[in-house]
Amino acid sequence: MLKYLLPLILFIVMAIFLAVGLNLNPSEIPSPLLDKPAPAFAAPKLLAPTEKLTNADLMGKVWLFNVWASWCVSCREEHPVLNEFAKQQAVTIVGLNYKDEAAAAKNWLETLGNPYNVSMMDQDGRIGLDWGVYGVPETFVIDKKGVVRYKHTGPVSWNDVQTVFLPLIAKLQEEMP
Amino acid sequence: MSRYLLLLLLVLSPLAQAIDSRQFANPEQQEAYETLTSELRCLVCQNQTIADSNAELAADLRRQVQEMLEQGKSREQIVQFMTDRYGDFVLYKPPFKAKTSLLWLGPMAFLVVGLVAVFLVIHQRRSRSSLGDNSAEATQAEKLAKIRRILDEEDAS
Repeated sequence: MLKYLLPLILFIVMAIFLAVGLNLNPSEIPSPLLDKPAPAFAAPKLLAPTEKLTNADLMGKVWLFNVWASWCVSCREEHPVLNEFAKQQAVTIVGLNYKDEAAAAKNWLETLGNPYNVSMMDQDGRIGLDWGVYGVPETFVIDKKGVVRYKHTGPVSWNDVQTVFLPLIAKLQEEMP
Repeated sequence: MSRYLLLLLLVLSPLAQAIDSRQFANPEQQEAYETLTSELRCLVCQNQTIADSNAELAADLRRQVQEMLEQGKSREQIVQFMTDRYGDFVLYKPPFKAKTSLLWLGPMAFLVVGLVAVFLVIHQRRSRSSLGDNSAEATQAEKLAKIRRILDEEDAS
């Protein structure tokens, strides 16, 4: 009996492993930044290049860090969701305009709307590198102490906003800075 | 002729230049740069090293490696820098940890299971074949006895 059952059991175990492997998304890499202080930055603001934005400006606030670019196709898909998200005024939304041209980026915000409280420029991708950015768009949630609490890779959907982002942000807003 | 040419090209292809070769004043740094870039994974095109990849991210990472080497940073410091940002996935050779133990020990465990299975099968075969002749004779005798019994019964009836 065991002689016939054993290959069957082995087959089922292997099939389960392979099925799980097939359904994993290889482009979703867990971020080592989670629960660590957000990487330091000081970058010129997109709409006011003479001013710089730094981590210190955002201390004591819960903020969203969204990496975007005008050349990024998925960002176009995500943009209406961010616009809607911004209307809720639940959180400060900071944009990182990643490896983009300032003129193209400004044009994007004028034509598609600007959900960002502030966007900063990262033309050579160094800030992106510090944040471990590898696929635009990426979205991080940072708490009042400046600690990264969540990372989303790829475009954020309205469903993600409702089921993940808004509950998390509500929880973080209640924490003491 | 063209076949030999093709063969020659295939043999020489590993000598092709990296897509983005950089020059260092110091040969040790040059070597460190070449080994490091061939051990770090490009996260956009996940099955290529940053030395092989044309992706923009790979170019940024190569620039970062070069700058850190020129600043006199050690190999370990550069690897640490990369894993702090991108996790162990950026390394083609992941470190041995509790989390990666299955990855490292899995093949060894399969080998052990396979060896045990082979040993058991051989052992079983051997013990069966040593019994084999006797048991064959025994069944033969049993069959004969049965046939005789049936024949006897028919005679009786």
